[in-house]
Amino acid sequence: MNIYLQTLMRDLNSAIRNLSSILNPLLFFIISISLFPLAISPEASTLSQIAAGIIWVASMLAVLLSLNSLFHHDFDNGILEQMLISHHSLPLLILSKIVAHWLLTGVPIILLSPLLGVFLFLDDESIKVLMLTLLLATPSLSLIGAIGASLIVSIKNSGMLLSLLILPLYIPILIFASSAVSQAQAGLEIDAQLYFLATILIVSLMLAPFISALSLKISLE
Amino acid sequence: MLKINNLSCQKGYNLLFSQLSFTVDLGGILRITGTNGCGKTSLLKIIAGLNIQEQGTIFLDNDAVKSEDYQRAIFYLGHLSALSAELTCLENLKFLTALNQSVAQPLLLDALKQVGLEGYENEYCAKLSAGQKRRVALASLIRSKSKVWLLDEPFTALDPQGVKMVEQHIEQHCKQGGMCLFTTHQDSTLKNQQVLAL
Repeated sequence: MNIYLQTLMRDLNSAIRNLSSILNPLLFFIISISLFPLAISPEASTLSQIAAGIIWVASMLAVLLSLNSLFHHDFDNGILEQMLISHHSLPLLILSKIVAHWLLTGVPIILLSPLLGVFLFLDDESIKVLMLTLLLATPSLSLIGAIGASLIVSIKNSGMLLSLLILPLYIPILIFASSAVSQAQAGLEIDAQLYFLATILIVSLMLAPFISALSLKISLE
Repeated sequence: MLKINNLSCQKGYNLLFSQLSFTVDLGGILRITGTNGCGKTSLLKIIAGLNIQEQGTIFLDNDAVKSEDYQRAIFYLGHLSALSAELTCLENLKFLTALNQSVAQPLLLDALKQVGLEGYENEYCAKLSAGQKRRVALASLIRSKSKVWLLDEPFTALDPQGVKMVEQHIEQHCKQGGMCLFTTHQDSTLKNQQVLAL
C-alpha cells in the first residue's frame, strides 16, 4: 500500500476509534435543522421555501466544526513534522488527509440530506438537486477548509479565527448551491450553478493542497 | 559527508547561533551540547529540513537540504514521538517507517521485540508510559534505512537499559557507514563521539 493510501486509512482508523469526533458535527447538523420547524412554522409551504438554505447553512457550519481537528492532533503529536521532512510529496499527503475528512463529514452529510429534505417538505426533484450540489460542493468545503486549518494549526483555541478566515471563502458555494435548489423548485434550469460549483471544486482541488502545504511549513517554523 | 557551512539561526529577536560551520564524516557521531534555549533543537530541525536557515548551506555529499535525495537520507526523531493515541504500537510503527521507506511486518515485529515491547503490538499507544512511547519511536529508528540520524534528546524517559540499547544501535549504525547527530543532557558513554558546544 502506498503512503498516500496509508495516510488516508490511518486517518479513517483513528476517527472510527474516536467516534465522538465524527458524530459531533453530524449531530449538530441534524439537531440544528430539526429546530427550524419548531421555531419558524411547521407549515409545508413555508418550510419547503427555506429548506435548501437551512440544509446548506447547517452543513457548512458542521464542516467548519470538524475542521479544527483536521491537523491539530497530528501537529500536537509530531506527525506533521515527520510528514514535512519525509521525501514524499507533502501536498499529496495533505490531499489524503482532506479526502479522509470528506469521507468522514461530507459523505455522511450527503447521505443524511434526503432524510432532512423530506423532513422540511422538499419535493423529490429538489432533493436530487440538493444531493447533487452537496456532492459537488462538500469536497470544496473540505479543500478550502484545509487551507484555514493549516494556517491556524499552531494556535490554541482558534475556532473563531478559523470561521473568520474560511466563511468568506464559503459564501460563493453557499450562494450557487442554494440558488440551484430554489431554481429547481421553480422548475428552472440549474446548469449554470452546477458549472460554477464544479469550477470551484476543480480550482480548489488544484490549489488547496499546495497552499495548505505551504502554510503548514510556515506554521511549523 | 554532511557539510554545514556558515549557518545562522534567529528566533524572534534572539540570535541563537551564527557562522556555524562543521562537517560530519561517514561513521561520525556528533553530540551537540549547550544550555537550555541555546538552539540545539533548532539546529537539528534546520539540518532535518524543518526550519528555514537564515543563512548558510547544508549539503549531504552533493544533495542540498530539502532536496528529495537529502530528505530520503535523513531520519529525525524530535521531542515528540509522532505517535497517534488511537492507533496500536504496530500501526503507528508501520506508518512512521512508511513515511521513510516501507518495511515488512515481520521486521517491524522484530524491531518492537528489540526495543523491549514484545507483546505490546496491539496495545493502543494511549495506554503506554512515556518511556514505552519513546521506545516505539526508537523501533522506527532501528528499521530506518536512512544514513543520517538526527536525534533530539533520544534518551528522555528511558531507563538505563534503554539508554544502553539506543547507544548500541547508534554505534552499530555508525560502524556500518551511517552518521548520527544527537543532543542530550545525560551522560553518554558512546565511543568516538565528537562534541559540538553551542
